Amino acid sequence: MTTSNRSVYALSGAALLLFAAAQCAPTAPRQRSHRGGGATSDIAIAAQKTYIAPGDLDEYYLFSSGGHSGQVYVFGVPSMRHLVTIPVFTPYPATGYGFDDDTKAMLAGHSWDDVHHPALSETAGDYDGRWLFVNGISGRIGRVDLRDFKTKEIYGPAPNVSGNHASAFVTPNSEYAMMASRFSAPLDGEAASVSQYAAKYKGVIAGIKIDPKSGHMSLGWEIMTPPFDWDLGDAGKKASDGWMFFTCYNSERATGKLEVTASQRDRDYIAAVDWRLAEKSVAEGKGSLVNGARVLDPAKIPGLMYLMPCGKSPHGVDVSPDGKYIVGNGKLQGVTTVFNFEKLQTAIRNQDFIGNEDGIPVLKYESIKDAEVPVGLGPLHTQFGPDGWAYTSLFIDSAIAKWRLGDWQVVDRIPVSYSIGHLCTAEGDTVSPDGNYMIALNKLSHGRHLSVGPSQPESSQLIDITGDKMKLLYDAFTEPEPHYAQMVKADKIHPIEVYPKEENHHPLAVWDVKEAGPTRSGDKVIVKTVVVRSTITPTQFEVRQGDTVTIAITNIEQTTDELHGFGMPGYNFNLVIDPGETKTVTFKADKAGVFYYYCTNFCSALHQEMQGYMVVKPK
Amino acid sequence: MTFAAWLDRRLGRAPRALILVAALGLVPTYVAPLWNMTLFAQQYQDGLRLDIYSYKLQGGNHGQDVHEINVLNHYIGMRDLAAEDFTEFKWMPFAIGGLVLLFLRAAVFGKVANLVDVVALFGYFGLFSLWSFVYKLYSYGHNLGVSAVKVAPFTPPIFGHMKMANFDVYSYPALSTYTLGVSAAALAAALVLAYRARSEAAA
Repeated sequence: MTTSNRSVYALSGAALLLFAAAQCAPTAPRQRSHRGGGATSDIAIAAQKTYIAPGDLDEYYLFSSGGHSGQVYVFGVPSMRHLVTIPVFTPYPATGYGFDDDTKAMLAGHSWDDVHHPALSETAGDYDGRWLFVNGISGRIGRVDLRDFKTKEIYGPAPNVSGNHASAFVTPNSEYAMMASRFSAPLDGEAASVSQYAAKYKGVIAGIKIDPKSGHMSLGWEIMTPPFDWDLGDAGKKASDGWMFFTCYNSERATGKLEVTASQRDRDYIAAVDWRLAEKSVAEGKGSLVNGARVLDPAKIPGLMYLMPCGKSPHGVDVSPDGKYIVGNGKLQGVTTVFNFEKLQTAIRNQDFIGNEDGIPVLKYESIKDAEVPVGLGPLHTQFGPDGWAYTSLFIDSAIAKWRLGDWQVVDRIPVSYSIGHLCTAEGDTVSPDGNYMIALNKLSHGRHLSVGPSQPESSQLIDITGDKMKLLYDAFTEPEPHYAQMVKADKIHPIEVYPKEENHHPLAVWDVKEAGPTRSGDKVIVKTVVVRSTITPTQFEVRQGDTVTIAITNIEQTTDELHGFGMPGYNFNLVIDPGETKTVTFKADKAGVFYYYCTNFCSALHQEMQGYMVVKPK
Repeated sequence: MTFAAWLDRRLGRAPRALILVAALGLVPTYVAPLWNMTLFAQQYQDGLRLDIYSYKLQGGNHGQDVHEINVLNHYIGMRDLAAEDFTEFKWMPFAIGGLVLLFLRAAVFGKVANLVDVVALFGYFGLFSLWSFVYKLYSYGHNLGVSAVKVAPFTPPIFGHMKMANFDVYSYPALSTYTLGVSAAALAAALVLAYRARSEAAA
């Protein structure tokens, strides 16, 4: 008995050892972070704070507008490495954007736009990582899906909106994105002379409704305004939820040399718009139809819109994280103006008005203002940190001022290189800013980089805002031209890396090379095509001159990073098809001859061999 | 005691318990892999994983790794790893089920002859399966298609590490093989105890 007991114990011991051995399968070598260490100089500390060791990942995504490039640039923070460019309004052969049938239809013949203000979708005032909305000056808003970092929808051009600059700021639950006219125009399409500007030209403020499930955009409502130049906007949140704020210059309603004529008044306005009332009024059928849009007249709908006087052609308007303060940045003065939302409500209740503009009540400045903070010259924009900290960019001073909400003390200033426009703090326009990092989005950069000729890059400077003093960490340079940017914690974004085969419901998708090839019906030819390492199937096909050819290409890879291209220079297109994706390109084969096609996106050791011919037989 | 008399002897409690342990050792083959191959390369930092079960091939990354291995292998004309090519997946679960029943019979009826039977059958099953696995690997590496880039025929590693082109391939037994090892050890211990019992009875 004792012998057998011992055997049993020995066996169980052996089994445990074997089990432990089975858990010792090899695993991938892990990258180690090289942070910390003993360096103490400012430069050494900055280097450590921005150095992301090979293989390590950044803490934040930075979505930077691409200005008149019509695109969005994505960076990692704190490394400031440019990760990817997302084309929105401009064709981009690098990703085949604007060449395949779907994206071509989305661009609808437009070849550029001016992207200024990215807006990450929000839930309860915090970034929810679902979508990125960006404005186009032509009256459009693009929606990028952050599941795959692709532009999925372009809304617009919205009727009546002329020069959509104060956009695409979203409300706290992404109910609406905003639009407004910077360049007022006659609403009826009449070619009225500019001399009739004050009488015949109108501004428009619009709410673009966002479907909470799909993100689909549609026109919610429009408000007709005097021909001011609406400049920037922000949505109220928490205390001020339900309101939108827009700055304007040129309340003088002037024309011509605006740098003089629109700078005459001491104060222009910030408009406060009750967007829930706008929504309700449109639902009740108020307003009139103009070019298919229901346009509300604020003179006829009491409570819809008020004007808050704000010093000297205000540029940015920014609502504090708790929603209690509205910060107006008057660009031609040395102070930034803070309005108190509670006082605003009281003044509205007491009808504390000093007059009106075309029937829109103008509130008494002294009744709604809380402070004029002496931040420095040329305040443009304010962003926020935790604990009531505010940061204001100063264009003329080329600096950023740090100050505090409530006691209005300016505690620090940092010079930037040079001529800052927007600034962006980590999650700095949400209800819970992170602090940590700030980006100065500067217009000029001369002398800070290797010279590349007269066309100088823009500069995005990374600043540490964890301490009492702001500290410059890093200079990054970008293509033209970031305006606003938004920074979101990396763990809020969850992108896929391949399109799962199960989700591909494209009617022309084929997953088996045996099913690939051309089929004809009349003068229409559909070529179902498979791309996979390292063959394009079919490797050749023939059509007749005059045929309408649709090439439907499915990348049947399900492996991360295995993109394939399909370029045909003879017919001027390049597609890039991601793993699991199907794209189509349709064209009229009006030139006879032999046209090569090949994989443009390097994929594998035999990438060069991934090629074929389309033969177009003459009539 | 004659050999025949010994075969006819009833087994003691300890050997019967060990046979039961041996039977239990076969059960994990229905849920856990027998063998694991992992292929690392510079561009595959997480490795491509292949788990071989008694009844299926399972690729890592939700099965995608098998597809990826096939995509890579097609360049050298290797056949796709396809479940239908593995007849083992059809007979192995059935054979293991038969073995479990025979083990249970030996544990319940408990004669030395039953124990000797299952030792012989289990030994045969184990060696045949191992040979089958090795032969499979050999065939995949030697029957390369003619319409492909030419490479010298090869056998992927059966145990341990091998450098194959840009890949570091590691091949090791997995959980079920270790529990099969436990079964083998338990059967061997049972046989030793049964044999000692014969000596004690003779003395």
